[in-house]
Amino acid sequence: MPILIDMKRGSLASIPMIIGGIPFGVLFGSLASSYELSPWFAIVMSLFVFAGSAQFVAIGLIAVDAPLWVIVSTTFIVNLRHLLYAADLIKYVKQLPLLLRVLMGFGLTDETYAAVRPLYGSGEICERAGYYTYLGSFLSFYLMWNITTALGVIFGELIPGMSEWGLEFAMVATFISIITPYLKTYPFWLAMVTAGGTSILLVSLPNNLGLLVSAMAGVAVGYLADLQYRTIKPVSNNEGAS
Amino acid sequence: MTFADYTFILIGMFIVTFGIRFVLFAKAHKVVMPDFLERALKFVPVAVLTAIITPMIFSTDKIFSAVVSNEWFVGALSAFIVGVWLQKQLLTILIGVTVFFIVKFVNS
Repeated sequence: MPILIDMKRGSLASIPMIIGGIPFGVLFGSLASSYELSPWFAIVMSLFVFAGSAQFVAIGLIAVDAPLWVIVSTTFIVNLRHLLYAADLIKYVKQLPLLLRVLMGFGLTDETYAAVRPLYGSGEICERAGYYTYLGSFLSFYLMWNITTALGVIFGELIPGMSEWGLEFAMVATFISIITPYLKTYPFWLAMVTAGGTSILLVSLPNNLGLLVSAMAGVAVGYLADLQYRTIKPVSNNEGAS
Repeated sequence: MTFADYTFILIGMFIVTFGIRFVLFAKAHKVVMPDFLERALKFVPVAVLTAIITPMIFSTDKIFSAVVSNEWFVGALSAFIVGVWLQKQLLTILIGVTVFFIVKFVNS
């Protein structure tokens, strides 16, 4: 069954980030318990929203009784990066039927983008059948996220204080594992240093605005450095050859 | 908060999250990406993910003092070194998390 093989490839490419996501999902469920939200609220949110970091920010806001518009607009800003992922994937999905694009849109997370995008880039999967690999990755993360949310809700009730263990560090480690493979040329290093430095300077801006501004600063600096990198690279190659 | 409040929160979050992810896919066959945007987009994952985690790594302590006692900083630095050096994703995550909990345990 070639379809199953393609789907399995997506799941396999996702395994490291699934392992990193498990403590994060458990933490989300347990936080909902510690904020004394209905257990169903966390479970339904994971089922329908399916956006790890935005869900964290949202229940933090709900816990302090933030108004609806603040919760929704913060979710919007925290998730805005997925628009950029979608823009990058357009060339691989544009010939697919609408229903598939709906499913792929719903499942477009940092992790699935990080797992599947390099496979498109390297030619291991193609525009025609690559969506099976994408769906394999999406379904694996979706299952993991919903199971661990439910486990977190249950254990959070049984083990109070679990939300202070620092399980969210698993997300930090997972994101670092997504970032480091990119760091092969200096424009990517500059993009990282710019985004990281700016995010610390702007950390006190409200509603996660600092996140958006520093991400855009990182992209801009990376892009400008890349323009320069491309113009000087051939020269340095010639120098090396002579 | 009432049941209706929770319902509106879930619906609102679903609409913006799915909307952002799907809007470009909806008209994917008509969207034409300019070349400069294509080239800028490849910096998105590095920039966005770094911007999310850097404040988490440094917020629990003063940045330039006593960094060794900050499990967030030491754990993240360990993961980063393993990631850049060995390029193994699972190892990067496991070593980062292990170092984080060891330092946290030693400090407590």
